[in-house]
Amino acid sequence: MSLCLTGLTVRLNQTPPLFPALTLCVGPGEVATVMGPSGVGKSTLLDAVAGLLSPTFILSGQITLNGMDISPLPAEARRIGLMFQDAVLFPHLSVGDNLAFGLSRTVKGRRVRRDTVQEALADAGLPGMYDRDPASLSGGQRSRAALMRTLLADPAALLLDEPFSKLDAGLRDEMRGFTFTHIRKREIPTLMVTHDPEDAEATNGPIITLSEAETSR
Amino acid sequence: MRPRDGRGLRLVVLAVLVLGLLGPIAAGLGQTGRAAFGVMPVLGAVDPGLGPWRELSAIPGLWTSMKLTLWTGLAATLLSLMLAVGFCAVAHERMSNSAAARWLTPFLAAPHAAMAIGLAFVLAPSGWIARLLAPLMGWGNPPDLTIVNDPWGIALILGLMVKEVPFLLLVMLSALTQIPLRQNMAAGRMLGYGRGLVWMKIIAPQVWPLIRLPVMVVLAYALSTVDMGLILGPSNPPVLAVLLTRLFSDPEIARILPASAGALMQGLLVAAAFALLWLGERTMRRLGLWWVRGGGRGSSAEPLLRAATALVMALFAIGTLAMLSLVVWSLAWRWPWPAPVPQSWSLKAWGSPGAGWAHALGNTLLLAGATTAISLTLAIAWLEGEDRARRGRAAWAEALIYLPLLVPQIAFLYGLNILFLRLGISGGHIAVIWAQALFVFPYVMITLSDPWRALDPRLTRAAASLGAGPWRRLFAVKLPVLAMPILTAAAIGIAVSVAQYLPTLFMGAGRVATLTTEAVTLSSGSDRRVTGVYASLQAGLPLAAYAAAFLIPALLHRKRAAMKGASA
Repeated sequence: MSLCLTGLTVRLNQTPPLFPALTLCVGPGEVATVMGPSGVGKSTLLDAVAGLLSPTFILSGQITLNGMDISPLPAEARRIGLMFQDAVLFPHLSVGDNLAFGLSRTVKGRRVRRDTVQEALADAGLPGMYDRDPASLSGGQRSRAALMRTLLADPAALLLDEPFSKLDAGLRDEMRGFTFTHIRKREIPTLMVTHDPEDAEATNGPIITLSEAETSR
Repeated sequence: MRPRDGRGLRLVVLAVLVLGLLGPIAAGLGQTGRAAFGVMPVLGAVDPGLGPWRELSAIPGLWTSMKLTLWTGLAATLLSLMLAVGFCAVAHERMSNSAAARWLTPFLAAPHAAMAIGLAFVLAPSGWIARLLAPLMGWGNPPDLTIVNDPWGIALILGLMVKEVPFLLLVMLSALTQIPLRQNMAAGRMLGYGRGLVWMKIIAPQVWPLIRLPVMVVLAYALSTVDMGLILGPSNPPVLAVLLTRLFSDPEIARILPASAGALMQGLLVAAAFALLWLGERTMRRLGLWWVRGGGRGSSAEPLLRAATALVMALFAIGTLAMLSLVVWSLAWRWPWPAPVPQSWSLKAWGSPGAGWAHALGNTLLLAGATTAISLTLAIAWLEGEDRARRGRAAWAEALIYLPLLVPQIAFLYGLNILFLRLGISGGHIAVIWAQALFVFPYVMITLSDPWRALDPRLTRAAASLGAGPWRRLFAVKLPVLAMPILTAAAIGIAVSVAQYLPTLFMGAGRVATLTTEAVTLSSGSDRRVTGVYASLQAGLPLAAYAAAFLIPALLHRKRAAMKGASA
């Protein structure tokens, strides 16, 4: 499994590209980090790969997942998971039902599905919290639940959008370890956007620094 | 600012609400209840008993009437809700809320009766649709079909939907601004769900609690409408509210007793429908959780959403045609079948205002002005009282606002009239203003609440730090800054007042003629040109009010860039 970007760039109508054309391949279990100053379009890059780009942007280049071009596919059909800065748990569902919502349809049977969710909760250090209100969780618990929800959907690739920036320093290390361990275990190619050099170091993966495209004209 | 601040103001508001709003509804229900069990001293009926109920159940067609009421009310509400949800799922991304509000305004502004009359013009066998189809179908004469007043209530359901879908859309769009829609949508899609499914599994359950009360208002209205039922509904037997209105107006005064029993029955019907809604909600929650836990990404829901969107567009088209037909008929002179437009035009129907419409217009303006002024004053006093107490609104207070819209009008209006008779104000303008204000106030209050709370608190704090007292802060800062939403609320107040039929009919004892009472009376069979004049005015007045609400602040604030976006 690998996620490859070839000559990828994004621009708004009539304006020059946000960043120079980007080419990179991320292998299974590998985490590539994209860094760069604010406003350079890091989140836009992730939106482009995820398929969440707003229609005012124009995308050029190729995005392939395991050799297949996924750029014409809608977001939900790409099998790409995205972790946000905030956990974005659905407020009207219990913690367990949030995970059940994520759990891939290939896991069949009520009993089995529920057990799978329970196991994932235990795995995330949230044993027995199926019926808890997401609002009652701590920041770290919410992040772990959100990651589990994403992983249960069985993504072929993962995007992390400054995933640890809202956690306090102590939690950040713990969450990094938790996230990267799971990514390696499941051999998911991952693209991470961050401001924090420590995030990048922790991955042992390639680092790409995005700089502004030449706008002088 | 201490919590005791504004205590006097809050007490005044509470007293006015209890005496002016809660009191009449309770007293009206009480009188209706007494009469329903045979006690109405004015008629010499003093012995309590079940006589009125026996008399009611002996009325031919009563059961059909009740079945029709439930069928049309539930079907119209359910269909409107489904179409509105589907349309919202597709349209919310492509349309800003302010653009949508502009779009919806004409449909919201047109009174139910005017819309119904227009629809009757369009749908009738000799109406616009049949005329357009005639050359294709080779109809030499208007087709022999009962489309309007059909025994199944289809025309009534359609009419209700044309009015209620825009209302539900407006309510939903505003509810959507209160949940993190984009984030939820992105999170759902990244877990492999298509837009339509995210909408149904994630967004709709979060929106429902925010729109439950407005849906109940729609349901109560659909089950108990008199004017739409008269114009579009089945004729014999009609829906229950129409049957009861006839009974209340029967020349034989003793018929008021069985009519009162029927009015209670109408109240029970609405209560039963609410219970059904509550059961439906619980079932849906169960099923919904079961569905969510299954994790099905399933087939795309897009075709369903697209069908809903197409149907909503069709409703809008029919509604537009209906409003247009009012004006066209009022100006038509010779319009033989099957010409699509009149052969000759004339201002004759408009030409003699003295014949009636000027008088009705004057009454309508007077009533709308008075009820709106009262309602707006009370709403502002309430909101300011909340501000000064620095307290949110209690659940009972929110329920109080909605109460007049949830109890069917016919269940308490006649009882209230008995009370007004005793006070000696029945049949006059004061009684009508009072009764109309019961329904105008809730809409004004609901419209004004959100923008009022959204006002930047730093403005009043800055004013206070400059030494302005609470009254100066209200008149010099809050009210001017909130001019646009206040005028919008006023426009809605005017629209609601103009549309009132039953309160005007009952409290005015038939002596206070408004555009709406006249239009409804005329709609049964007289000259379409004259009916067109009344209904056009009826629809035009609220529209003019909305236009003014839009234009006046734009003129006042034409040099204030920051005020441009401060709309409702």
